[in-house]
Amino acid sequence: MSNQGPKTLFDKIWSEHLVGQREDGTSLLYIDRHLVHEVTSPQAFEGLKISNRPVHRPEATIAVADHNVPTINRQNIEDPQSKIQVETLAKNTKEHGIQYFDLMDQRQGIVHIIGPEQGITQPGMTIVCGDSHTSTHGAFGALAFGIGTSEVEHVLATQTIVQNPAKNMRISVNGDLPFGVNSKDLILYIIGKIGTAGGTGHVIEYAGSSIMGLSMEGRMTICNMSIEAGARAGLISPDQTTFNYIQGRPYAPGADHWDQAVEYWSSLPSDNDANYDHEIVIDSSEIDPMVTWGTSPEDVVSVKGLVPNPSSAQTENKKKSIERSLEYMGLKPGTKITDIKLDKIFIGSCTNGRIEDLRKVASIVKDKKIASHVQAMIVPGSGLVKKQAEEEGIDIILKDAGFEWREAGCSMCLGMNPDQLKPGERCASTSNRNFEGRQGRGGRTHLMSPELAAASAITGNISDIRDFT
Amino acid sequence: MDKFNSLKGIAAPLPIVNIDTDMIIPKQFLKTIKRTGLGVSLFYEMRYDNDGNLIKDFVLNTSPFDQSKILVAGDNFGCGSSREHAPWSLKDFGIKCVISTSFADIFYNNCFQNGILPIVVSPDQLDQLMMAATNQIEFSIDLPEQTVKAGNHSINFEIEEFRKDRLLQGLDDIGITLGYQDKISAYEEDKKNKKPWLFKDN
Repeated sequence: MSNQGPKTLFDKIWSEHLVGQREDGTSLLYIDRHLVHEVTSPQAFEGLKISNRPVHRPEATIAVADHNVPTINRQNIEDPQSKIQVETLAKNTKEHGIQYFDLMDQRQGIVHIIGPEQGITQPGMTIVCGDSHTSTHGAFGALAFGIGTSEVEHVLATQTIVQNPAKNMRISVNGDLPFGVNSKDLILYIIGKIGTAGGTGHVIEYAGSSIMGLSMEGRMTICNMSIEAGARAGLISPDQTTFNYIQGRPYAPGADHWDQAVEYWSSLPSDNDANYDHEIVIDSSEIDPMVTWGTSPEDVVSVKGLVPNPSSAQTENKKKSIERSLEYMGLKPGTKITDIKLDKIFIGSCTNGRIEDLRKVASIVKDKKIASHVQAMIVPGSGLVKKQAEEEGIDIILKDAGFEWREAGCSMCLGMNPDQLKPGERCASTSNRNFEGRQGRGGRTHLMSPELAAASAITGNISDIRDFT
Repeated sequence: MDKFNSLKGIAAPLPIVNIDTDMIIPKQFLKTIKRTGLGVSLFYEMRYDNDGNLIKDFVLNTSPFDQSKILVAGDNFGCGSSREHAPWSLKDFGIKCVISTSFADIFYNNCFQNGILPIVVSPDQLDQLMMAATNQIEFSIDLPEQTVKAGNHSINFEIEEFRKDRLLQGLDDIGITLGYQDKISAYEEDKKNKKPWLFKDN
């Protein structure tokens, strides 16, 4: 990457954060904010202790427990291992002077929900977390990516990370989104198109009028699932929508620095003639509401479509992979997607657990009842999302429709807490991964938007929001 | 960190694409606060039935593959989460080298932090190595020479120089970076002036 000439958003953030080259040729990249949760940090803190190393800049790190936390009766974590993990985070953060939002703090929630919500996430920053969905924060034009625990320890000890620059990919989506199609459909469509390894080695910049027309919540959903497309990070240029979202939040730049910050943020969007290693252009009119049928996020199909036939696969590997998925999912080729009957509905996660998602669900299920054979659960992304929803009366609408209204956390997105699918249970989920066993051993996950999940809760089958009245 | 130089042994074939980190080490084992002890839970849902009994025909439950130090797997190995528990569980089981046509970025990086060598080969080469693994032909892996040998097959693989050095020498990455402490401090001083809002510390 040259220092001269037009630059992408990624190039600009990269060069702003370059501390220097190490002798081995790798780059040291400065990290502005480090988010920490209970699952991927204990071994990092243990490593610091063994080596007798301090945390370099404790005030640049913010911690919260989200993966393990119960969404009911949270005063008491019954699982002894989960309890130890949460307590270990509390102890480690106290010992090193790191800000920690505990379980009783209203600001507690999924780490990728609370970063933006608190104004911690800002354009032009580098942000890391021991969690692959750190890509979410790229919606603000921050370079944000997931790291392993050894790297968590490295960032704690040095406030830097050892990196080599990624390649630039730009995915432009143009045009007004068709009725019933929203950010989740867009990103599922993109993953279906480029595959789960399509973005490997790249940072994906999302551009085009469909993307820039999205709210911050919608943009976060897109960037969140960049990792499902194989890219460690997603990016969207910051604009007035971004600045408006940030202004006034607790950790946002105050009045003393606001204008200076906005001036800098405004310089970040990619230069017009910047060069990309890969470019993909999509016309949004070709996108339908999307659903996954298999066990990889690339196994997507229009809600109007059919479960695929392995014999239509182009390679032997793909054929085997489809057969394996169909067996796990208990589906027959050629089945209409809307004929698939559901057992559970999960609305939440760092992909779709924000207030806008909850509002959409409420507007669809208002004055209706969920199908008698389904169990539906809604888990707000943070304590503050929950509070806001309750202030708006959303909780009442959802409870009246038959939804369970829970406390904030990652919950059944990955089922580390007691919220899990039983073997064979089929779930419409607004989360991000439909891997085998992800939501519980033998559990069957269909990823979709909150709108589709809400409609599906009412009918009890996977449903097209466009047919739903 | 553990060093890696060369390795000989039987390789376990796992001809599945998109083996994700949830398959490698399911969520219930992420509750540990230690790096060790995860080998017994590696590929848990493929290795054990609902009652916790070994599934006899799963490759890592059969002899001699239960002693494998090498894994040959389908495309996009290690996709999914950032959990370093994935390489920890492989290492604890005894796997020191994984061969595939591609790896997810975070997993790939995590391997090098734990003395595990991930090797990228072409689809044709993978087919040959998968066959050799299935036939229990001994593999010989040489990192300094960047070769994988199995029977008549001899394959050269690519690896970035700094990653190779780190594995060969078992270097402490944090220790190396702390040698650049002055540069880090100078960077921070510069940015405090230029972007003060970033240092309105929390």
